[in-house]
Amino acid sequence: MSSDNQITDMHLDVLKEIGNIGAAHAATSLSQLLDRKIEMLVPNVRLVSFDEMFELAGGPEKIVAGIFLRIEGDLSGSMFFVLPIESANEFIQRMIGDPSFDFGANPIPEMGVSAMQELGNILSGSYLSSLSDFTKLNIYPTVPSLSVDMVGAIVSFGLIEVSHYSDEVIVIDTRINEDNEDGSSSVDGHFFLLPDPPSYITIFRSLGVM
Amino acid sequence: MTALKTVVRVGIADMNVVKSPDCIRTSGLGSCVGVVLYDEVRKIAGLLHVMLPDSKLGKSDQLNVAKFADTGIYALMEALKAEGARPMSLKAKIAGGAQMFQFGSNDTIRIGPRNVEAVKNELKRLSIPIVGEDTGGSSGRTIEFDPETSKLNIRTVNAGTKDI
Repeated sequence: MSSDNQITDMHLDVLKEIGNIGAAHAATSLSQLLDRKIEMLVPNVRLVSFDEMFELAGGPEKIVAGIFLRIEGDLSGSMFFVLPIESANEFIQRMIGDPSFDFGANPIPEMGVSAMQELGNILSGSYLSSLSDFTKLNIYPTVPSLSVDMVGAIVSFGLIEVSHYSDEVIVIDTRINEDNEDGSSSVDGHFFLLPDPPSYITIFRSLGVM
Repeated sequence: MTALKTVVRVGIADMNVVKSPDCIRTSGLGSCVGVVLYDEVRKIAGLLHVMLPDSKLGKSDQLNVAKFADTGIYALMEALKAEGARPMSLKAKIAGGAQMFQFGSNDTIRIGPRNVEAVKNELKRLSIPIVGEDTGGSSGRTIEFDPETSKLNIRTVNAGTKDI
């Protein structure tokens, strides 16, 4: 991929800033929604192999609740909000006020699925609208879709587009944590933004670094 | 003498070959398809983790043959031959090709079924019979093949575990 040759640390820093702004807004929305303090870590921007991408999300066999959506418009790409199943259970139990809710149930109660999709809607909406403000690019998210399954099965779907071009992917990875009252932190959620390779240049141009 | 059994792991868009008593495994197949080719008598097996149906879809200068159904299956057959498998006695078991999400661009949404179809076409072209199959649906799969028993173990999160 020829565009890779021109990507420098400065470019990765720009992408990091995108992750910072996007996820900060999403974390604020999540805090408000759950009435809890949600913290966001400094984003990690890396060029990784597909297998390394799965490791970032906990390994290919880890069971997660994954919300996936495609981004269309001036730039295209895939976005994931991935939560370990225990954290997803906790979030949704709180949102719908039902402490017995479990994503491990078969079938998953419809109420929880809707709540999780709504959570995905709100979070991706706030992430992407801040990204759109920052870059002045028109970005349209598709409706988010939920799957509770293995990381490999879920995340690989977002790599299909990239795999036409490369065996590596630039991932903007922002981790979120929840601060507990005793000072410990739980929840290890991730926002992954995976721009399609032709969009790298669009992003850099819009921010005047290419 | 008992040899130590190891499980060889195959990543996405990758392949490998093992001999009994070793087993071979790939984790978290979604729309991807796991293709096992094996020689029952020689107890040699290869596993390929296919991501895309056709190498003509590739837009990169370097071709990773293991990423595509058409180039990958042929390369796996050649790798098995090099390890002493007899091409005429190769059999196939396949799993994967699920539809994990219900939307996406039209091409992407059907990637699971398209992968399965491309794998079947290529196996037909190479006259390798499919003796076991667990494809489609909407569940991720982790698969492990044992060349000693020719059994393919398939584990899912939502749809149980089985051997084919």
